[in-house]
Amino acid sequence: MVAPAKKPYRVVGSRPVRPDGTDKVTGRANYGADIRLPGMLYGRVLRSPHAHARIVRIDAAKALALPGVKAVITQADFPAAEDAITDLGETASNLKWLVDNVLASDRALYHGHAVAALAATDPHVAEDALALIEVEYEELPPVLSVHEAMAEGAPRVHPNMHTVEMLARFSPGPRSEHDIPNAASHLRLEIGDLDQGFAEAEVVIEREYETGTAHQGYIEPHNGTALWNESGELTVWLSTQGPFMMRDQLARVLKLPVSKIRVIPMEIGGGFGGKIPVYMEPMAAVLSKKTGRPVKMIMQRDEVLFGTGPTSATYVRVKLGAKRDGTLTAAEAYLAYEAGAYPGSPVGAGGMCMFSPYSVPNQRADCYDVIVNKPKVSAYRAPGAPAGSFAMESTLDELAEQLDIDPLELRQRNAAVDGTRRIDGAAFQSIGNEAVMRAAAESPHWNSELQGENRGRGIAMGYWGNGGLESSAYATVNRDGTVGLVLGSVDIGGQRAALAMQIAETLGIDYEQVKPIVVDTDSIGFTAVTGGSRTTFATGWAVHEAGLEIRRELEARAARIWEVDASLVHYDDDGVIRGPEDRSFTFREIAGQLHRTGGTVQGKADVMPEGTGPAFACHIVDVEVDPDTAKVEVLRYTAIQDVGTAIHPDYVEGQIQGGAVQGIGMALTEEYVYDDQGRLRNASLLDYRMPTTLDVPQIDTILVEEPNPGHPYGVRGVGEVPIVPPLAAVANAIHQATGVRTRRLPASPRVLLEELLPEE
Amino acid sequence: MQDLRYARASSVAEAARLLADGGPTARVLAGGTDVIVQARERTRQITLFVDIKGIPEAVDLRAANGEGLTLGAATPCHQIYGDAAVTSSYPALIDAASLIGGTAIQGRASFGGNLCNSSPAADGVPPLIALGASALIAGPGGERRVPVARFTTGPGQNVLEEGEFVVALEVPAPAPASGARFLRFIPRNEMDIAVVNVASSLRFDGGEVVEACVVVGAAAPTALVVEAAGEALVGSPLSEESIAAAAAAARDAVRPIDDMRGSIRQRRHLAGVLTERTLRDAARRARGEEVVSHP
Repeated sequence: MVAPAKKPYRVVGSRPVRPDGTDKVTGRANYGADIRLPGMLYGRVLRSPHAHARIVRIDAAKALALPGVKAVITQADFPAAEDAITDLGETASNLKWLVDNVLASDRALYHGHAVAALAATDPHVAEDALALIEVEYEELPPVLSVHEAMAEGAPRVHPNMHTVEMLARFSPGPRSEHDIPNAASHLRLEIGDLDQGFAEAEVVIEREYETGTAHQGYIEPHNGTALWNESGELTVWLSTQGPFMMRDQLARVLKLPVSKIRVIPMEIGGGFGGKIPVYMEPMAAVLSKKTGRPVKMIMQRDEVLFGTGPTSATYVRVKLGAKRDGTLTAAEAYLAYEAGAYPGSPVGAGGMCMFSPYSVPNQRADCYDVIVNKPKVSAYRAPGAPAGSFAMESTLDELAEQLDIDPLELRQRNAAVDGTRRIDGAAFQSIGNEAVMRAAAESPHWNSELQGENRGRGIAMGYWGNGGLESSAYATVNRDGTVGLVLGSVDIGGQRAALAMQIAETLGIDYEQVKPIVVDTDSIGFTAVTGGSRTTFATGWAVHEAGLEIRRELEARAARIWEVDASLVHYDDDGVIRGPEDRSFTFREIAGQLHRTGGTVQGKADVMPEGTGPAFACHIVDVEVDPDTAKVEVLRYTAIQDVGTAIHPDYVEGQIQGGAVQGIGMALTEEYVYDDQGRLRNASLLDYRMPTTLDVPQIDTILVEEPNPGHPYGVRGVGEVPIVPPLAAVANAIHQATGVRTRRLPASPRVLLEELLPEE
Repeated sequence: MQDLRYARASSVAEAARLLADGGPTARVLAGGTDVIVQARERTRQITLFVDIKGIPEAVDLRAANGEGLTLGAATPCHQIYGDAAVTSSYPALIDAASLIGGTAIQGRASFGGNLCNSSPAADGVPPLIALGASALIAGPGGERRVPVARFTTGPGQNVLEEGEFVVALEVPAPAPASGARFLRFIPRNEMDIAVVNVASSLRFDGGEVVEACVVVGAAAPTALVVEAAGEALVGSPLSEESIAAAAAAARDAVRPIDDMRGSIRQRRHLAGVLTERTLRDAARRARGEEVVSHP
């Protein structure tokens, strides 16, 4: 469902077939698992069975003696890593920690931490050989929650770590005066005067919340095939959101200049933020160097859950102050997010986003990044925001109940508008927050009557700032009037289509005339990850600029053909070049004459656009809770979102639906289950329960289009914010259905049943 | 995947010989939905698969009128729920056959394999027990029959001796005025393992319950026949009181564990809930009312 909006565009806003669609549905598209090279070896990884252990000794002699095994490596085979910060775009990571996470040095810091890797001529031999590597461990006590980790006298996972005061979200400052065990950093975000705000309040409410560890759940496991040739050049075929980020990380881990590394991104079967860090790719490279042969590594499903980065388990405390009419006067939060074994949780984003849909003059968030003996977290769709918003939006719901104000009305009364200051002090410009709330209030879902027993309706808002960063693109005009569009952004969510549509719009040609291709790191300028909801926005800017350059050049060519001054020639938005005396060329006509007028024409652009438009979303959900089994059935779901301009509405809706379903999973069933020794018990998709198609209803979408003035077509990032509201929306619905406030998610039947049954 | 051999048997005798020669690491391969995963994940050492799908008796499906049902041990679920005679006379089996795995798994998975895998949470086992089924076992010493209720002896353990295998399952013909129902509880709506499952069967005579069987799975080391539930039901018309008593008996009888799939309290509670629900549906089926497997 699309709210009526003026659509002055020819291509933007239509729903063409995606260029990569046929090959993907027929199985012809090439993924990393399809790579086969002559002489290729198969690599496997040996992982720690302990959550925390000293690695006393690794003996690979028996494994190396097995026929077919060609090499075994440990971290000692990597160049020594110094401490340095490497920017991954969405989270930051020290190089030493990055290398240690790839392959443990002297200690294994989580169950599943890689301790050795090997390569063999056959994948089954490689698997057999794993059992022959002897590792002697000395078990150490694990730290398994933020509460345990931060307690006075807690064992320190990194003995020399001292809490750092962050100056801003990505700027580490000095050592903190208040060192807390295992707290890698503390960030305080603050505006106004909190004490004053609470003094003005007539109602104060304070609540605590927790969320479990959730994995992105991409269906394609991590994979990488490396060939380190005899002249010292490394080529890696892999599945990633960011080939250039991969190249940079490989360069740092392997101490190679980037010019020696070529990263070839294959098609990607999902990422959601999780396919940005390196895992086995550097191991495959070192194994290739050691054996002189290409080495292919593919994670097993359990390895994906053991060994890659999920998002943080969290603890959040919220305190709100309000007037009796619902006006918020103060908002305070304490957030402690599990980072896993190395620093870098998205806690700052949690503090940054949770209050952002609202105008609250006095705000403070204290954000702690906490080390525990679990896999190092990585980005996951609006990293950090869902947990913070779960806390805020649940507390708001309770406040609405206390004040007897409709929950959406309470949100509308406090809505952030243009000029409202965020917790980091920045003022919003051109936001669609109120429009989203209004669309929710007018939606068929909100205005329908919820009938039946044990049913409840919940509502929640979400905010995400969206990203910009670097993008490159170039476009070549072919003689037949088509355009080759060359991209450095890998295609996860329909970017080939969305980018081809934008340059088609710029050039005034048909979508079908554009042929997009995603190329490797030797073939285009640096392009940041497909992530941060940035690609349709930032790479969209690049293709638009490339299109403008083509327009200018074609005007010059037409002027030359007509022998008139270039200022008299104009490339119009309908793709027709017009000159004096009614002379004109269509795009196809002039394309056919390029070889006679100076050769081919290319447009190129390298951009790093500012002007990202923040995204707001409001989700409404109806649930029914079985009072006997505590199972929650999602009956109806509507996601309302300001998308700026929906370039390809199908893919925008798809992003919203996918994000909502992932959020429903976090709300109801998805969670890492650890035993008291820190061993992960559910490293399979049987017991790590993502919703299936039978577990969710159709996710209805309402696209609000408040164009972003910072983009030629008004694009706002759309991919991340839809995962933010579902947690609280579902929890609020469960409350209405049962009277129970679920302050720990997921609200699995096991947990919720305890609330519904009488106390024992 | 571990290195192993594969042999396809074409007769009961050949399978028995292959299994005996293969020793303790030989495994029967029916649909393979458990054993292939076990071989791949190395949770069980397997050196030989003996495929029984080429043995006519092992892929049989016969529901002769009044003579009961003979179900080959390797007959896949989809064939069972695709059979009109089975769906009309043994709906409790269909309740299970149509929810084990997804559609693709149901094309391979069999009741015989489900029984021999001997998981406490097996969805095929409680309805077989509630319907009074027996396993026809063949081996070096010839054939024998064991009631399904006594087949499984513990998690992953059963009465099969080395070289023995289950050829078929034999289910008695349903008595007049009888009905049975199987239900399981899972946190999702598919692709999951039972937190608890329950099969109940009832037979009425003149409005009174004359036979009753309540079987609870995933709440003890093996599927559990709740004798006290049967006693609470037999000898009087089915009533809210007798259903509640049966449910209470089920809650008392179970010996659940606490694991990532369910807590002790949750499993105990669900044993009662599912006992009540299956009894109500079994009574409706006994009255000839239609109860769809998965509404």
